[in-house]
Amino acid sequence: MNAAVQRTETDVACTACGCVCDDLTLQFEGDLITQVGPDCPLAAAWFEPFRRPMTAGHKVQGQPAELEEAIAQAAEILAQSHAPLIYGLSRSSSPGQRAAVALAEQIGATIDTTASVCHGPSIMAIQMVGESTSTLGEIRERADLVLFWGANPVVSHPRHFERYSVDPVSELLPRGRADRHVIVLNDHANETALAAHQFVLVPEGQDYELITRLRALTHNPQAEVHPLGELTVDAIRKLAGQLASCRYGVVFFGLGLAQSRLGHLVVAELLRLVADLNARTRFVARRLRIPGDVAGADSILCWQTGFPFAVNLGRRHPRYNPGEFSAEGLLERGEVDCCLMIGSESLNDFSPQARQQLATIPLISLDYPHVRSIVPAQVRITTAVYGVHRSGTAYRMDEVPLPLRALCHSSLPSDETVLQTLQHRLAGTVPQPPILRR
Amino acid sequence: MMICRPEATPGWDAILATATVRTHANMGLLKITGGKVYDPTNGINGEIRDLWIQDGQVIAAPLDPAAKGDLTLDATGMIIMPGGVDMHCHIAGPKVNAARKMRPEEKRTSPMVHRTLLQRSGTTGSVPSTFATGYLYAGLGYTTAFDAAVPPIAARHVHEEFEDTPIIDKGFYVLMGNNHYIMKQIAANEPQRVKAYIAWLLNASKGYACKLVNPGGVEVWKQGGHNVSGLDDNVDRFNVTARQIIREVARCANELQLPHPVHIHCNNLGMPGNWTTTLDTMQSLEGHRGHLTHIQFHSYGGNPDEQSTFCSKVPELVDYFNTHENLTLDVGQVMFGPTTSMTGDGPLGYYLHKVFGRKWFSADTEMEAGCGIVPVEYRDKSFVHALQWAIGLEWYLLAQDPWRIAMSTDHPNGGSFLAYPEIIALLMDRTRREEVLARVPEKVLASCTLKDITREYTLNEITIITRAAPARILGLKHKGHLGPGADGDVTIYQPQSDLQKMFELPRYVIARGEVIVDDGEIKKVVDGRLHHVAPTYDEACVPDIQKWFEASYSMQFRNYHVESDHMHNPVLIGTNEAG
Repeated sequence: MNAAVQRTETDVACTACGCVCDDLTLQFEGDLITQVGPDCPLAAAWFEPFRRPMTAGHKVQGQPAELEEAIAQAAEILAQSHAPLIYGLSRSSSPGQRAAVALAEQIGATIDTTASVCHGPSIMAIQMVGESTSTLGEIRERADLVLFWGANPVVSHPRHFERYSVDPVSELLPRGRADRHVIVLNDHANETALAAHQFVLVPEGQDYELITRLRALTHNPQAEVHPLGELTVDAIRKLAGQLASCRYGVVFFGLGLAQSRLGHLVVAELLRLVADLNARTRFVARRLRIPGDVAGADSILCWQTGFPFAVNLGRRHPRYNPGEFSAEGLLERGEVDCCLMIGSESLNDFSPQARQQLATIPLISLDYPHVRSIVPAQVRITTAVYGVHRSGTAYRMDEVPLPLRALCHSSLPSDETVLQTLQHRLAGTVPQPPILRR
Repeated sequence: MMICRPEATPGWDAILATATVRTHANMGLLKITGGKVYDPTNGINGEIRDLWIQDGQVIAAPLDPAAKGDLTLDATGMIIMPGGVDMHCHIAGPKVNAARKMRPEEKRTSPMVHRTLLQRSGTTGSVPSTFATGYLYAGLGYTTAFDAAVPPIAARHVHEEFEDTPIIDKGFYVLMGNNHYIMKQIAANEPQRVKAYIAWLLNASKGYACKLVNPGGVEVWKQGGHNVSGLDDNVDRFNVTARQIIREVARCANELQLPHPVHIHCNNLGMPGNWTTTLDTMQSLEGHRGHLTHIQFHSYGGNPDEQSTFCSKVPELVDYFNTHENLTLDVGQVMFGPTTSMTGDGPLGYYLHKVFGRKWFSADTEMEAGCGIVPVEYRDKSFVHALQWAIGLEWYLLAQDPWRIAMSTDHPNGGSFLAYPEIIALLMDRTRREEVLARVPEKVLASCTLKDITREYTLNEITIITRAAPARILGLKHKGHLGPGADGDVTIYQPQSDLQKMFELPRYVIARGEVIVDDGEIKKVVDGRLHHVAPTYDEACVPDIQKWFEASYSMQFRNYHVESDHMHNPVLIGTNEAG
């Protein structure tokens, strides 16, 4: 290469976390990133690998392989499979997510996203009771009461305060943070609690009990309620009063609720509380989603199949049943005979049992260059990165779609290309099950 | 300076590209012979005629009498109409997808769409998945559908869903009735800025028309959970009224010569006594062209606190409508059964949640809009629901000029688009209406005029309200008719005594010259096209828009625009001025 040309890319969207901040400025020298701004530990880490030439390639059985060989092996594995699982997708983008559903349909796979081990229970809660929610800009403009419940955004979403929830100045909140009240509810003091105006220590595993008390007090401020562990009746009453007396309230909730025991019931109760509060004031809830395009993964799965995660396509039509068709459960019960992972970093979220099972079946991973899978894959195909090498769309945690642009060259194939190639190769090779009539 | 950009797609992408392209090229000459043609735009009312389609467009009959089509369809004894045009439905975008996400339960009891060599799989119910939506519309003989409510911040999402909605041609209306910039500029008396912004917004989102939903009322809801009660309530913070918003956006749509005028969902939807607001809205247009949507939901008399006073005010409204040619409307017919209410009208969603006691989804969208989703069920034994049903039919039957009224259920709000054949049967056959009236609460009969209406629609009139009129109201010169230059979108029916069945199962459906449906089976899947407008605007107004945007939104100005290459099969529809 010639002396690398320096250039600046602005308004870049970062998919390191669900905030998908789209105001980044990247300095390039040729195809290498030299500077990333503004400061954010997650963005810095996300773009770090692009500072050096990418050497990672494709592998078959742990040995370097040409793309053609890797695809041929992957096609072979899928062709032999009777119960394939396609999983991941939250580090991909619309083109790859679409191609994954198309392939899943053709080979009669189960397809599931990382929501399944993150906010899947929250989605089930929405299916039970609905949700009063808003875009992040609405919160930025209006919310004078901000709750973080079972979440630690100071660590998981470092710029959330700055861009969306605490610091921004608007006509309604001209003094920014000083015009808002920030409450953290959690079973232990975390970094976010230290940065908030108020911390409510919720006894471990007692979130549901606290929410029901708040609901009772929302319906009737005079209702008799009992203390909850260390939480006094006065503290609970004060909190209920704060919820009802704000002008526009928001509760951001995290995996501390969604992944708690019977998380879907806990979140459903929280969403009921938020709906109830709309009789008194305006109140919204928002999942604090973790990976960059997890909202895109469940949105696309949903518009194409009708269901947001845990979808089985083995009967030539979509079937949905969390638990039965959730990746972790399928693996734990040994009900799949191969797995195509699109973004294998999320393997860490699986139970040890599911990971063990995964080690016993053929694994094909489609991973970004810098991702090292914790379970060895029979076939690893390294794919181009959306928002750096390829264009696409990321859906922010509030489902606002943001463009991802191709900023530099890469000879790596996109996951879309690989998945479409696999679909092409497998056309006609996989026997289709008969259509089962209801 | 040389900038290192990605090369044209590398090898693998290129190989795939050729394998996945689906085009309409080289379709040859199609002749449809012997059918009875209904083409009211061209004054053809049930005449036996041959139809010629070449390269997706209707052409004049070749002069050479020996000319033969590459494919000839014998339609002898059959009825030929242009492809159906649904000008108001909710089929794509964040609201529709939230409804899909929220309602897995109804999909279990609804027919599934199976994958075949031609078709992708999908789910149905009141909110079908994208592929299923395309197949179902095509199966019904509809080849064009417009989504009625898109917050521009989510336009990119809609374009992505449209790409996955096959066969039908599409477009969408952009929500503007509670847009902060529009309200601010109206209050500041800056009409040129309002106009420039509207044109800029249509360009940025690649939308088709201006949509108002409960103008001003959604912002009031977002502020504190209330609503406006009429056209002259002040919208706090912005110091404007619904009347000003309606008049200004109507004016701009006209001055920009947009093919479709302002599309209005009036204030006070669903409230007893709302007919005065609706009449007020009609008058507030001050002679500007305007389209009032799902008028059924806005034609109620009575006192909101006393259900027994609920009654139809269609006769009063239709008097005004019949004598004011600047107005067009679609009905928003209610049909009995379960469905999903979805609306950009946030306070309405909350109201329905309270009325039905069902799960409720609400989403406030920054600077732009609101959203409410609630599962509902319309029951024939409910006085209110049965009266809503009757009020919709009154509109169809009392409006004198079918060219200014379009069929809609406001899918899925009043019912699914799949109910259109049943509505057609009700309009064409008075006895079918009487059968229903015999089983609804008796009080319905006294609360509206339906039982006294003897009118029965002709096939020509049905063709108008399901194709020709909506195409004309949309300003689509190539849709809704079968004259030379029209899109080769044709629906062919086998006449039968059961009108509903006849319209439910067309014998053939042809989209842009290709036979898509043959005897109820999808024979070919093609891509639909996106219809959008690109009005010009005063560039000098953009810096002010950008300044406001950057102070207000949670995203970057540059990332708000949908790039041209993100549109799937776009068709630019010129302004009226450009012809």
